Amino acid sequence: MAGSSNPSVTTVAVQRALAGHGPDWRGIIFALLLLGSIVATLAILVFLLIDQLSRGLPVYQERGLDFLTSGLSSNPANAGISQGIVGSIVIGILVSLICFPLGILTAVYLEEYAPDNRLTRFININIRNLAGVPSIVYGLLGLTVFVAFFAFLGFPNNGRNIIAGALTLTALILPIVIITSAEALRAVPRTLREGGYGVGASRWQVTSRLVLPAARSGILTGTILALARALGETAPLLLAGAILGTFSSPGGLESLLTGPYTVLPMTVYDWARKPQEEFRALTSAAIIALLVITLFFNTLAILLRNRYQKQW
Amino acid sequence: MTAETQTQQTLDVRIGREAIDAGANTALDEEMAALPTAVSLRNVHLYYGAFRAVKDVTIDIPKNRITALIGPSGCGKSTLLRSINRMNDLIPSARVEGEILFHGENLYADYVDPVEVRRRIGMVFQKANPFPKSTYDNIAFGPRITGWKGDMDQLVEGCLRRAALWNEVQDKLGDSGLALSGGQQQRLCIARAIATEPDMILMDEPCSALDPRSTLQIEELMAELKEKYTIIIVTHNMQQAARASDFTVFLNMDDDRAGYVVEEGPTAQIFTNPRNQMTEDYVSGRFG
Repeated sequence: MAGSSNPSVTTVAVQRALAGHGPDWRGIIFALLLLGSIVATLAILVFLLIDQLSRGLPVYQERGLDFLTSGLSSNPANAGISQGIVGSIVIGILVSLICFPLGILTAVYLEEYAPDNRLTRFININIRNLAGVPSIVYGLLGLTVFVAFFAFLGFPNNGRNIIAGALTLTALILPIVIITSAEALRAVPRTLREGGYGVGASRWQVTSRLVLPAARSGILTGTILALARALGETAPLLLAGAILGTFSSPGGLESLLTGPYTVLPMTVYDWARKPQEEFRALTSAAIIALLVITLFFNTLAILLRNRYQKQW
Repeated sequence: MTAETQTQQTLDVRIGREAIDAGANTALDEEMAALPTAVSLRNVHLYYGAFRAVKDVTIDIPKNRITALIGPSGCGKSTLLRSINRMNDLIPSARVEGEILFHGENLYADYVDPVEVRRRIGMVFQKANPFPKSTYDNIAFGPRITGWKGDMDQLVEGCLRRAALWNEVQDKLGDSGLALSGGQQQRLCIARAIATEPDMILMDEPCSALDPRSTLQIEELMAELKEKYTIIIVTHNMQQAARASDFTVFLNMDDDRAGYVVEEGPTAQIFTNPRNQMTEDYVSGRFG
């Protein structure tokens, strides 16, 4: 039939199919819906950023580094966020030191060592449940356990110190760290473990030399994002002893760890409630500092992930 | 000429041997019996939970020879292979009954350390699984964890040479093992397996993901390695078993889905003059 003037039935069918049926309206509407969602999401973020930047940036222009290095004060003209920054950094370090080893080792135990039985599954489910507990509940835990514990030991300031705060935030993000680390470990292919066992490695050697390095990027990303969340928390520390209002820190490591403390989100919360109009701009300026810190940690997480990302 | 004799002759040509008549079987059996044994399986039953995957296997694997395990999918070849270096221990529900004797010791005795077993009996897997490390570190991993003291550079070079990979990778020992081609990766895994100086190497369908050229390279390599090592290979590829192995164990499964040994013997015998009709049907491609 080929070459004849009358195209065959098949040829006609193929030509018609190739010519198409006009625009795919459902597909277009779906694509627009997707576009609309991302625009709405971004719009909220952009609005928030512009709003805060327009209010807060003048404070930095006016006072420069002075705002970052000054202490808390009821006088808006010389109030600054140095205690909040120091508190947030110290609490970040303490949380990292306590939470990361504890969370990652727990995840390694659950994924690599624990037998797959009813108890393990029960524990796994409950860790997931803990991740969903409201943060204020962890604040109550911090108050009734950690603060009370330090008070009982006779620490100054009724036990309301930054260590109790760090322990509270550790309890808050520990489930998240465990879950993300466990997921990163689970993503390591079985064939890699088999390869290790196949050359006569023990479980400890397979875990420490093959599985953990392979899961490193996922674990780091998860834990750093969890830390960023902890640094933004206000509610638990409100109960667990961070200072609302003004205090002066005498300096020195001992007073840093056992004296009164505050963190950046607390300062934001405190200033936002103040009646004086001048504190509006200061609040926004403190928010910018908080955003920069969060952004710093998120960037760090991405960089570490890219650096350690391995193909299998 | 009947279809059967044609198949028979094709096979004979393929494996490069003369047709062997029934009388020669006895001679081959004697030859096999005379070989020293690397590992003996005695009434081995393998279970996953309540499911019996392999039943009552009693075979001797001859030393410094290549033994192929063949049989239809799901008959327990890989399970059987993995029981020999206690790889199945990693599956919590797996259980072994019977004895696997290696240098006279039952590998499943209470006092035996499975880690030590795997150092003596290396393994190459179906899908090449180099560590996400450099080529050099892939080889050095095993010796390092076993606390081997010696010239590591020399050891790495020696293993890569024995695995016929040295010429291709000598200039990029520091590059990731994962950057190599599929066939090179599998040879890297073989080099990694021999780096701990095992007695025996288990290969679980090592060529199933490779092209014919790489497959041939691996088979040539196996032929060289048997001088030093005992090799057991699981393969789905009948030609490969015929080409590359000295002995063949044919497994099939019953209605209860438990694999068992139908017939074992020198490869030439299994492929040209099997005793069991099932073996003949399988090797001539009538089922499986």
